[in-house]
This record gives sequence, C-alpha cells and structure tokens, in this order.
Amino acid sequence: MFEATQINRKNLGREKLSRIVLGGMTAILILPVILILGTLIYKGAPVVSFDFLFTSPTNGMTAGGIFPALLGTILLVIVALLASVPLGVAAAIYLSEYAPDNWFTRTINLAIINLAGVPSIVHALFGLGAFVIFFRFGTSILAASLTLAIMTLPVVIVATRESLQAVPMAFREACWNMGATRWQTIRRIVLPNAVTGILTGVILEVSRTAGETAPIMFTGAVFFLPFLPQGVFDQTMALSLHLFVVSTQVPEMPEAVPYGVALVLIGLVLLMNSVSIALRMYLRGKKKW
Amino acid sequence: MNNKQSTAPEAVNDFDQLNRDWYIDKAVQILVFLGGISAIIFIIGIFVFISKEGLGFLLGDFSFKEFFFSPNWRPTSENKVTYGILALIAGTASVTGLAMLIAIPFSLGAAIFIAEFATGKTREFLKITVELLAAIPSVVWGFIGLAMMNPLIIDLFDVPVGLNVLNAGIILGLMAAPIMTSIAEDALKAVPDRYREAAEAMGATRWQVIYKVVLPAAKNGLLGAVLLGVGRGFGETMAVLMATGHAINIPTSVFDSVRALTATIAAELGETAVGSSHYQALFTIGISLFVITFIINLVADLVVRGVKKG
Repeated sequence: MFEATQINRKNLGREKLSRIVLGGMTAILILPVILILGTLIYKGAPVVSFDFLFTSPTNGMTAGGIFPALLGTILLVIVALLASVPLGVAAAIYLSEYAPDNWFTRTINLAIINLAGVPSIVHALFGLGAFVIFFRFGTSILAASLTLAIMTLPVVIVATRESLQAVPMAFREACWNMGATRWQTIRRIVLPNAVTGILTGVILEVSRTAGETAPIMFTGAVFFLPFLPQGVFDQTMALSLHLFVVSTQVPEMPEAVPYGVALVLIGLVLLMNSVSIALRMYLRGKKKW
Repeated sequence: MNNKQSTAPEAVNDFDQLNRDWYIDKAVQILVFLGGISAIIFIIGIFVFISKEGLGFLLGDFSFKEFFFSPNWRPTSENKVTYGILALIAGTASVTGLAMLIAIPFSLGAAIFIAEFATGKTREFLKITVELLAAIPSVVWGFIGLAMMNPLIIDLFDVPVGLNVLNAGIILGLMAAPIMTSIAEDALKAVPDRYREAAEAMGATRWQVIYKVVLPAAKNGLLGAVLLGVGRGFGETMAVLMATGHAINIPTSVFDSVRALTATIAAELGETAVGSSHYQALFTIGISLFVITFIINLVADLVVRGVKKG
C-alpha cells in the first residue's frame, strides 16, 4: 500500500541526482583551489625561513629575503586602519543608531555598496589624483594607506553595523529609561556588547588591505628600495607588489622565490581571516541573548 | 526628558552635568553623521578627482567614435598616436564572459548545495572554506595563472602561449565564484522556512521544493549575486594583468592573448607623465570603468531590493 509509485520513484531519483550534481559542483569549485594551495605550500615552503622573512633582498631581488616588503605591508595596514576604523565605526554607529529609514539612508547604503564595487584600479586613479597630486602627499605611505582605507571602508562599516544591530533593542531602552543620553547608551551599553563583532570586521579589513596591489602601485609602493621607510611621507615596498615584481619584472628569477613570497602573502591573509572566523564562532557560542 | 526631580544639594551641579552631557550628545551625533555621509563624499570624490584628471582629454580633440570603436590603442606610436579602446573592451568582455560562464552555474550550484542539502558540520566547513577562498588576494591569483596555469595550458592544448583568454577566464572564474556563492547562499537563506515546510507537507521532494519554491522566491537575490560577480570580474586588475598575456588583440579563440581595460591602466600609468594626453586617456578609461561598475551595482541593488518589497 505504501509502495512507491512510479512517479514517486522518478521524483526521488531526481532528488538523488540533484544532490549528487550540486555536491559535485561544489567540489569542483573547491578542490582545484585546495590543490593549488597545496602546490603553493609544496613549492614555497622550502624557501620560507627566518632569514627569508627578516633580511633584505639582494642580487637584484633574486636572492635574500623580503623584510622591507613585509614591513612595508605592516606599515600600510596600520596607517590605513588608523584612518578607516574610526571613520567606519562612526559611519556604522550613525547607520545603526541614528539613521532614519528614508531615501537619504538608502543613498548612503548605495554609496557603501558602490565604494566596495568600484574597481581597485579606479581607487588607484583616485588616490593618485587626490592624495598624491591634489593634497601633495607625493607617492608615500600616507597616500597609499589613505587610498586603501577608503577602498576597505565598506568592510568595517558593514561588520560594525551588523554587530551593533545584533545588540537587542531592550538593552538600549533600559538605558534610556535611566535617563542616559543616546551617546551614553552607545558608549556604555551598545559598543561594549558589540566590540568583538567590530574586531572581526577590523581583522577582515587587515586581510583585505594586506592583499591589495593595484591601489598602492601608483600611490606609494615601489618595486625596490635600498633602505627602509623612515616616516609616512616615504615610499615603501609591499608584499603584494613584491609578488607582482618578482614574478613578472625580474629576469632570471629563481622559480622558488615568487612561490615563497606568494606563500607568505597568502599565509598572512588566510591567517587573518581564520582568526576573524574563529572569533566570530567563539562569539556566537558565548552570546547570552 | 532628562531627570528634573533631583533634590540633592548638588542639584545645580547636576544640572550643569546634564547640560554637558546634552552638548556631548549633540556633538557625537554630528560626528557620526559626518562618518555616515563619508561614503557618499568618497564616491563623489572619486568621480570628481578622476574626472578632473581625465577632463583635458575629453575636452581636447576627443572623438567618441575613435575612443570606443577603434581597435588601435597606440599611445606611444611615433607616427600617429591613437587611443581606441575597442580591443581592450573586447579583452575585458571575453575574459569576464568566460569567467562568468564558469562561475555562474558552479557558484549557484554550490550555493544551493550549501544552503539546501548540506547540514551541520559539512555545511559549516563548506561555508568557512568558501569564505577563505574569497579572501585570496588577486595578485596571488595572477601568480597562479602565470606560474601554474600557463605551463598546464601549454601542455594540455599544445599551444605556444598559455597566457590567454582561457587562462584568465578560469582564474577569474575561480576568483569570483566564492563571492557569488556566499551572496547567493544568503539569498537562498532569506527565503522563509515556512515556504519549504509548506511544500514538504504537500509531499514534495527536496529537489521539487528547491526547484518550484525556493529558487523562484530567491530569484532576485540570485540575480543580484550574479550581477555583483560580473562587477567584480569586470573590475579585477592584477589577475587579468598577469594571466591574459597583455597583448592588444580582438580575440577569435580562447587561446588568443588579450589585454583588459583595467590591466592597461595598471601597466601604463607608471610610465606616463602627469597631465600628458596618454595619462589623461588612462583616466578616461578609469571614468568609463567607474560609470559601468556604478550602473552594475545600482541595478544589482534595485534588483535585490525588489525581492524585499515583494
């Protein structure tokens, strides 16, 4: 009586088929990349050593390490964060705590989506026209970092806004009822409850900023510098641009060197992302409301 | 609104304090508002500054027809300098097109699998993997195209050069797919569970639920994901610079080397003198890129918002 009819069997067969096909598509998407990463590690790992990380390149970059590039990337990221985190958090506070639901707020949201969608090379053109030429910062860490900051601003805004909105409305209402002003409520109640979420966004931004190449090419990063930058108005080398340089611009480059640089760069980026994901999962496990 | 019933001896001080709090509150409100409108200011700023640098070219002897319909990009020619971006448009279009041919079906398939079939640990693992894949920097993808895909394509297809539309298309496809997957997955998750439950209660199989209920309901969100993926591929710079072969060419097969709009700016801007017509022409390409991605993002936003209203 409950035997599957022919139609039932056909439908169940289709379900099984769809599961296999879709699962296969997922695997086809993921497996090659894992294979590629494996190759990167296999070919790059022998090069990466303490010396590789902490000495300068020699012999026209075909030997030696990547220290100036690594340091440059760290400096670029720090300066970019100093600019974008306060601005991004302020923007997110406005959007989450103050902004009414009207056309103006929708325009802001559209601008944020667009800021994230504008091609990185266009950000580079903007950085060149605005910071290098108009504000006369020259090609410098400052100009490159500000370009990166504007480009990655949406990452901070979106992550912060989400974690602010995850704080229950009742927390705010309780605080307002005690006679606290809006800002007191935000500072004492909303921000402390959202700080880990904001942190995950900031770490994601670090990862994005460290990996970008095009926006810094004409605004502050250079192919090679014989000395380390002394301040924010100096030029610098950077890890991402260094990978481009050693894999395309230097003749007779030993094959392993670009693999090593790629491995360090991707290691840095994936480490940051993993930390951010781990923090988010920890937060989800801990959430009390 | 503030507390007025304090009868303590320091009532006056209290009042000063309240006054101060009120001013701080107002000041903060103004500050965060400035933060809020910063995104608008930056978008306008980007447009103004790249237009300012490119304007000389547009106001000079700019020919719309030559710029968009001539395949000759010869900015440093000694005989006759021409700025035609048709070949570059063809390069960008062919690479993005091939990338989307790969990325759209696979990322939508993966999104459906992750959202509707995978459960528990598998689902969590797949989501995290996709997120990590989306984080791989574009210059690393370019390097992969150059160092791994290039010899692979030469071996497999017996062609002299492996840096071509096929290489860049695959690289760009792999690159855009994780982003499209996670946006599409969000769109599928936004379909309320009660839709699925209602269909299941009618005796529908999982696939019937997906095909007849979930996909139609998530249609706009999925379209938005595709559009954002197109925008990403279109604006990608480093990967296409390194994997296309960077030769000005209107491709006739996937084994032809091409050159993309974005890559042209990246490769040539460093060698031009600020304010020269070559420099201004590159900024004009930048303006075109900005306008096109702006339109793509705007349409994607309108499409996605359509789903929320309905």
